[in-house]
Amino acid sequence: MNDRQEDLADEALRRPASAGELFRVFNRLALQGFGGVLPIAQRELVDRQRWLSPAQFVETLSLGQVLPGPNIVNMALIIGDRFFGLRGAAAALAGLLAAPLLIVLLLAALYGRLAGIPAVAGALRGMGAVSAGLIIGIAVKLLPTLKSNPLGRPLAAALVALSTLLIGWWRVPLVWVVLGLGSATTALAAWRLRR
Amino acid sequence: MSAVIDHVLWGPGLLGGAELWAMFVHFMLLSLLAIGGAITTTPEMQRWVVGERGWLTDAQFTTSVALAQSAPGPNLLFVAVIGWNVAGLAGVATTMVGSLLPSTTLALLAARFSRQRQDQWLLRAFKGGMAPLTIGMLLATGWVLTEPLRAHAVATAALVLMAVAVMRFTRWSPLWPIAVGAAAGALGMLG
Repeated sequence: MNDRQEDLADEALRRPASAGELFRVFNRLALQGFGGVLPIAQRELVDRQRWLSPAQFVETLSLGQVLPGPNIVNMALIIGDRFFGLRGAAAALAGLLAAPLLIVLLLAALYGRLAGIPAVAGALRGMGAVSAGLIIGIAVKLLPTLKSNPLGRPLAAALVALSTLLIGWWRVPLVWVVLGLGSATTALAAWRLRR
Repeated sequence: MSAVIDHVLWGPGLLGGAELWAMFVHFMLLSLLAIGGAITTTPEMQRWVVGERGWLTDAQFTTSVALAQSAPGPNLLFVAVIGWNVAGLAGVATTMVGSLLPSTTLALLAARFSRQRQDQWLLRAFKGGMAPLTIGMLLATGWVLTEPLRAHAVATAALVLMAVAVMRFTRWSPLWPIAVGAAAGALGMLG
């Protein structure tokens, strides 16, 4: 796969032929994404379809991360919009959500019938514990990115701890954390970057 | 038969139009706060749906998230499962449209704006300022999701640590630790 990636680096990017192709590719990508679509998105959009160069992928992801809303949904909108405007954005979004939504609702509906079976309820509890771990794992993986944070590493680390406690322990509504603490840290970052 | 259809359309039947509207507005607000992904709003959603409104129990809430994570597709779909459990298809429409409308509109506007001119300084300040908070939100989310499992602290901690290790040190699909968790739970390790 590495050889192939290098081979592709020099080849020209292509673009989806139609909004329908956007729908199909995002649909396929979503259906492969158990517990997180982002790794699959990189493989499909950059390696296989060559709609984005690796650099463009990173740029799109950064923008998707800065914006509120799910990263992958934002990426689908931005990519769809770039190729076919609003129609493309709608096609990519629909491709990403339609089939998985049906599947998850079928599961939810069935769960009501199955919840009485102890093994099923137990399996869901076990999966809940793993989901918690996977999310903590993403946070652990992101911690090194704070090295280059304009706030400086010690302050950034203290802010991680503070926001974890505020949200998870003291249960301060998120809106106050984002609007209050978030605007203060953004202002501080802006001030540090300007100097 | 009509009872089944009613249940599919409206769920357990707890909510009227005023409550659905309140949920719609609250999820729209959460959508705008979901920097770092929809999953980071989980603690707030839990606080509101379970704590403030009492529409779901802690266990139902965690199960909804686990169910969505066990299925393919974006994590965001846990919002649809919560909507389903609260108010059937009406709830799904309420939570999904509420969650998507504001962030989608903003993403399209921002995409077009940033293609036109890159305002590097402010964008970088925002990214830098929000990054520690986003990581804190993820950690808080993990903590909140273990809430109904704390009676089985050892097994829960083992599964959590296993999942963290897989994320941190391997490139395996998250599907594998999820399968291990399901097996451990089915064998009764978590009660």
